[in-house]
Amino acid sequence: MSDKLMHTPLNKLHQNNNARMTAFAGYDMPLQYVNGIMSEHLHTRSQAGLFDVSHMGQIVLRGNDFNQVAEALETLIPMEVKTLQVDRQRYGFFTNSTGGILDDFMFSNRGDHIYMVVNASRKEDDIKHLREHLEPLGVTVKNLENRALIALQGPASEKVLSEHYPKISDMQFMDVSTIPIAGAECWISRSGYTGEDGFEISIPNKAAENVANTLLKHELVELVGLGARDSLRLEAGLCLYGQDIDIKTSPIAAGLKWAMQKSRLIGGQQEGNFPGANKILSEIENGTEYKLVGLIPIGKAPIRSNTQLFCKSLVSQKVGWVTSGIFSPVKKCPIAMGYLKSEFSTKGTMIHAEVRGKMLEVEVTSVPFVKKSFKK
Amino acid sequence: MKFTEEHEWLKAEGDLVVVGITEHASSQLGDIVFIELPDEGATVSKDDEIVVIESVKAASDILSPLDGEIVEINEMLVDEPSKVNDDPMGDAWFFKIKPDDSEQMNEYMDEAAYTKLIG
Repeated sequence: MSDKLMHTPLNKLHQNNNARMTAFAGYDMPLQYVNGIMSEHLHTRSQAGLFDVSHMGQIVLRGNDFNQVAEALETLIPMEVKTLQVDRQRYGFFTNSTGGILDDFMFSNRGDHIYMVVNASRKEDDIKHLREHLEPLGVTVKNLENRALIALQGPASEKVLSEHYPKISDMQFMDVSTIPIAGAECWISRSGYTGEDGFEISIPNKAAENVANTLLKHELVELVGLGARDSLRLEAGLCLYGQDIDIKTSPIAAGLKWAMQKSRLIGGQQEGNFPGANKILSEIENGTEYKLVGLIPIGKAPIRSNTQLFCKSLVSQKVGWVTSGIFSPVKKCPIAMGYLKSEFSTKGTMIHAEVRGKMLEVEVTSVPFVKKSFKK
Repeated sequence: MKFTEEHEWLKAEGDLVVVGITEHASSQLGDIVFIELPDEGATVSKDDEIVVIESVKAASDILSPLDGEIVEINEMLVDEPSKVNDDPMGDAWFFKIKPDDSEQMNEYMDEAAYTKLIG
């Protein structure tokens, strides 16, 4: 392990709570706490889990006004930005000239600027990419190193936050607001990465530990580490950058067409004009060789990332590979996601996965594996 | 009882040796959700990967500590892998091996040395 790992403002809190730490994207992060991944996962699904996600990048884009910044950002992503209402958030991704994905992120309209949350492992490259392309358009790119980020996820999240800010119940899924919690100015969005109702809360570094401890005082809140964050997002069928999607993946193969608004597609008012548009728009018309699918092994053995997938009737024919695989704490069985040749990607198709030299039966399914419960 | 650096325990039982993993190992692995045991009757060599243990997130291999023949496996673990978290030093043994050389297990650490290792 590197001795130069970065610390989030909550590092001391993790140590105080006996976290088992792990190196992740250059940060010393909690993999799990005393109760372990299974218990933390189930607690998030039934009550509320508090996650430190301060390793993620928080970026502010500013120009003359929102419209200018939005127009600039639209040159880098296949989403509508200008139509995003004030204090609303949207999912997006940067594409590259060959139609791959540089990173995926959340972005919101904060009135006079855009606020983004990007993946920890990609933030340096994202900032470089944004500066290179947006500064010439008169947009400044600020990396917010002075703010921590926590997520409060699970069905009890609203109840917990309403004790600090009663009007929290007015927020809908993907709404954004600035509210005080324990005296700190918090930027809050009703969103997350678990498939549960929940919130992501940006807090000034100095106030982060106090806000986290204030929320943790509630009997329904427990700390949850990155281990359960991964199992929760996979049950919810959410892609992890670097694992299910990357620079070589087509967003169409990854099933992310839903995130591209119609106006950016063929025949739309703002058709194309993002990196890799020709490739991506032609993939929408003509399909892709592979598709990201859900996978459920018939037996009890989990199938992990990089497991190779084969045709059931012609065992020598390789038809795909696994990108993420865990044991699902809710379904009590192994689940996975992976890319399959399109002709094998229909729900209900049976295929084989090669695990330790044996061929295991696997059923192709759709994601999510568990029902999402957002407040809409 | 003897202990390996791979966090297995070995206990002589007549001319057989019972093998499992230590409390320390089971807590490090976290919630165990799947176990694959060797076939009864299999001939194994020291350091062969003969048991697979999977937690929610990751798989780990357990190496055979001895040369010999697998005489019995603990079938209960296949249906209830979480027993390894509950009782790793007792009911949740993995397999019984008939060693080719009954002296081989004496190469391993005693409890005091193992306790020192995991500090």
